[in-house]
Amino acid sequence: MLIDWFTVGAQALNFLILVWLLKRFLYKPIMTAIDTREARIRKERADADAIKADAETARDTFQKMSADFEQARAGLLQQATDDATAERQRLMAEAHSAADALAAQRAKALQTEAQALATSITDRARDEVFAVARKTLNDLADVRLEDRICDTFVHRIQASGDQPDSALSTAIRGTSEPIPVRSAFDLSPEQHAAIRSALHDTFSTDAELTFETAPRLIAGIELTAGGQKLAWSISDYLSSLKASVGETFSARDASQAGPTADADRTQEKVSA
Amino acid sequence: MRLSPDEIIFWQSGFVKLNATIVFTWVLMAVLVMASILITRRLSRDMTRSRWQNLLEIIVTGIQDQIREVGLKHPRTYIGFIGTLFLFVAMSTLSTIIPGFEPPTGSLSTTAALALSVFVAVPIYGMTERGVGAYLRSYLEPTVIMLPFNIISDLSRTLALAVRLFGNMMSGTMILAILLTISPFVFPVLMSALGLLTGMVQAYIFSILATVYIASATLTQKPSPARPAGET
Repeated sequence: MLIDWFTVGAQALNFLILVWLLKRFLYKPIMTAIDTREARIRKERADADAIKADAETARDTFQKMSADFEQARAGLLQQATDDATAERQRLMAEAHSAADALAAQRAKALQTEAQALATSITDRARDEVFAVARKTLNDLADVRLEDRICDTFVHRIQASGDQPDSALSTAIRGTSEPIPVRSAFDLSPEQHAAIRSALHDTFSTDAELTFETAPRLIAGIELTAGGQKLAWSISDYLSSLKASVGETFSARDASQAGPTADADRTQEKVSA
Repeated sequence: MRLSPDEIIFWQSGFVKLNATIVFTWVLMAVLVMASILITRRLSRDMTRSRWQNLLEIIVTGIQDQIREVGLKHPRTYIGFIGTLFLFVAMSTLSTIIPGFEPPTGSLSTTAALALSVFVAVPIYGMTERGVGAYLRSYLEPTVIMLPFNIISDLSRTLALAVRLFGNMMSGTMILAILLTISPFVFPVLMSALGLLTGMVQAYIFSILATVYIASATLTQKPSPARPAGET
């Protein structure tokens, strides 16, 4: 008999015991170790994923901060550029105003100098003209200049009579006071008589004449009556000469101011 | 000629006896348990572990995978039974290379005990998983007429399990013994190697068949989807 039933039972019992023992000492510890390791690997992977997520978050934050910083830097740079531009324009404006003030001051000084020069020229010219005229009249006509001046004044009185309705004629005729006659030099009695006669003949007046010497008239004679004045003097011509000389200087200043302005503009470009 | 280690009796008292099958089974059990205790005493739960622990993990996870591939979704429930079946049969086969050692599976009593264990375990697992009524009703499927055939099928496959394993192990031992008397040098070594191979295959077949039986008993049958027309 190949089957021994006691052995069968014993072996079945042995097998069941072996099942229990191996469960206790083999499968359970091995399974626990494997589960622990897998749990640990899962945890490490989860940790790694969390760290990765954190790193990605940090990276995103850093990128955002970097972008913000770049934007702020660009803004500050733009603001600094704008400020520098405004400051430059302000300084340029100040320089322009200073240059303008300097130019105006220089123009004023030049004008003052021109006026002084014109005054000087006028004085010199007047004196020269007077001397030349005196010498010329003395040399050519052998007549004193005062005589010629007086003659000219007499002629002018007589010429004024051609306009009987003029204000001067009315004033002379209507005055009852003595009419002052001022001259730059002392008139002779003959000249007094000539003037008086001319007035009487021209305006039919018997008004008294008072003769005065006034050096400011500069080789001239004038009379005033009722607020009207009749005069002849070299001062009138010198005034014309002075005006002419003044115009000449003005024209010269204008021609000098042009190149100066061009030079100023060139200087601005160089400083910009 | 001795066909079974049951015939080697060390001690007997009436019905109770202590034969070589039981003694060598104890030896195998002791080796298995002691090796397990020694190896699992210092189990590493870190990424680095000893080669012995690696070997055990490979064996255990391999058995788990085989159980899962057969169709059991929770292999940890069955690994105690099926894994022990495999390890016991495999260790018995390996022990044939030790001179003088009689493999317990060379005894029909041992294989019958293992087959009976499977015979008992299958309905227990089936009832646990599906319920007593549902399991018992499976014997009446597809018709009541099939009840005796289903019972005969269970008995016959248990007998087949026992005889198949016994036949293979006994024949290997017998051939080895016969060859030793004829040509004591080269052929016994070759046949011993061949016996190791067939023994391992038998261990695999035995445990896989047990798994299949348990799976067929525990899996609830679901209505199969209608096959498309034209498919054969």
